[in-house]
Amino acid sequence: MTRLKADSRHLVRFKLNGKPVEAEAEPRMLLSDFLRHQLGATGTHVGCEHGVCGACTVVVDGMLTRSCLTLAAQVDGCDVKTVEGLAPSADRLGALQRAFRRNHALQCGFCTAGILMSLDHYLSRNPAPTEEEIRDLLSGHLCRCTGYTPIIRAALEAALSATATEESSDA
Amino acid sequence: MKPAAFDYLRTENVGDVLEGLTQEGGNARVLAGGQSLMAMLNMRLAKPKLLIDIMRIKEFRQIERKADAVVIGAGVRQAELLAWPDLAEALPLVALALPWVGHMQTRSRGTICGSLAHADPSAEMPLTLVALGGEVHLRSARRRRRVAAKDFFAGMMLTARADDELIEGISLPIVRDGRFAFREVARRHGDFAIVACAAMRTPSGVRLAVGGVADVPTARDWPRLEGSALDDALNGFAYDLDARDDVHATARYRRDLVRMIGRDLIREVLQ
Repeated sequence: MTRLKADSRHLVRFKLNGKPVEAEAEPRMLLSDFLRHQLGATGTHVGCEHGVCGACTVVVDGMLTRSCLTLAAQVDGCDVKTVEGLAPSADRLGALQRAFRRNHALQCGFCTAGILMSLDHYLSRNPAPTEEEIRDLLSGHLCRCTGYTPIIRAALEAALSATATEESSDA
Repeated sequence: MKPAAFDYLRTENVGDVLEGLTQEGGNARVLAGGQSLMAMLNMRLAKPKLLIDIMRIKEFRQIERKADAVVIGAGVRQAELLAWPDLAEALPLVALALPWVGHMQTRSRGTICGSLAHADPSAEMPLTLVALGGEVHLRSARRRRRVAAKDFFAGMMLTARADDELIEGISLPIVRDGRFAFREVARRHGDFAIVACAAMRTPSGVRLAVGGVADVPTARDWPRLEGSALDDALNGFAYDLDARDDVHATARYRRDLVRMIGRDLIREVLQ
């Protein structure tokens, strides 16, 4: 049993995009704030802070997670993935990110990190999604710029290119 | 907004949870998936002194199929139940209703029992529990008891759970040769329902359960009804639910939806 006192800070450790990280947090500190303020990982954005907008979506232990509805203390010992982990290297975009750029699937970019995390997670488990499935997934995100159509196009294109790459490497 | 300060207790042992609830009573809240409670904390609609995280308690993570019921533990996430291979066969109504709960991004974390503990009158899982006539398994340091669905929901976001009690699971009856239908109307898929309805064929006729209208999800049984008798019955039910106007919809629109969706679903299950 672990009881963390409300008025003091406690060490929280987890893996962030494969690398061990640690910092201190009060029990009430949200994972979204912990990522941004304690770890400086500002790729995760904070929108509504009650789980509706989806901007802060990350992946914890393979589960899509609203980081604003999760305490930093809850993910102690977990495996956390954020948008910073998507690009293969600092100067290259991943396939999904490239598809977003080609299709103008972002304008202001505020919602993009969360949407990328949802799509990356979903496409890794469902490599050949239908448009309807993508629309259902996107119902968990709000975007006020794009009207969603370019995001759907980018997602389907990324899925298609990933499948095509796999087929050609098989051959 | 950010939550007010609280102590955070994490444990792998049910005894610690019960002890925490006994000591702190109404000042303690149980944290499972957090998809309702964390929003309440962020908005400071809830300000507990102690938050007890139960998600590392292994015995709560089980879906157990018994002869005539399925027992779902307090730590079973909505996505886990949705992925349970027996779901469509053992609990077809749950299979129909669960995709309407929140979004994929919240079902991944949110638990079945957490949704019941939150007791939002327009939420799908309370409606399903009432429609199926399930039971809530409550446990405190003093005793264990089971409460029938219709007695569990006491009002908007109010339940029969005492301050020192933990929902350790629920049981949902396995209905053989049942026919079920579910539909809801919301502004956006994943939003709370303006009206949600579940219908099932029963040995003596049909049952319709409605969420989003009254303070609690409400079920009513009828013998096989058709034509104007069915219309009259639905109209009476729609008025008895005592709909109110709010920012999402008028009372009149809600009554309309109860009548229309109710008729469609009842026809579907009696076909």
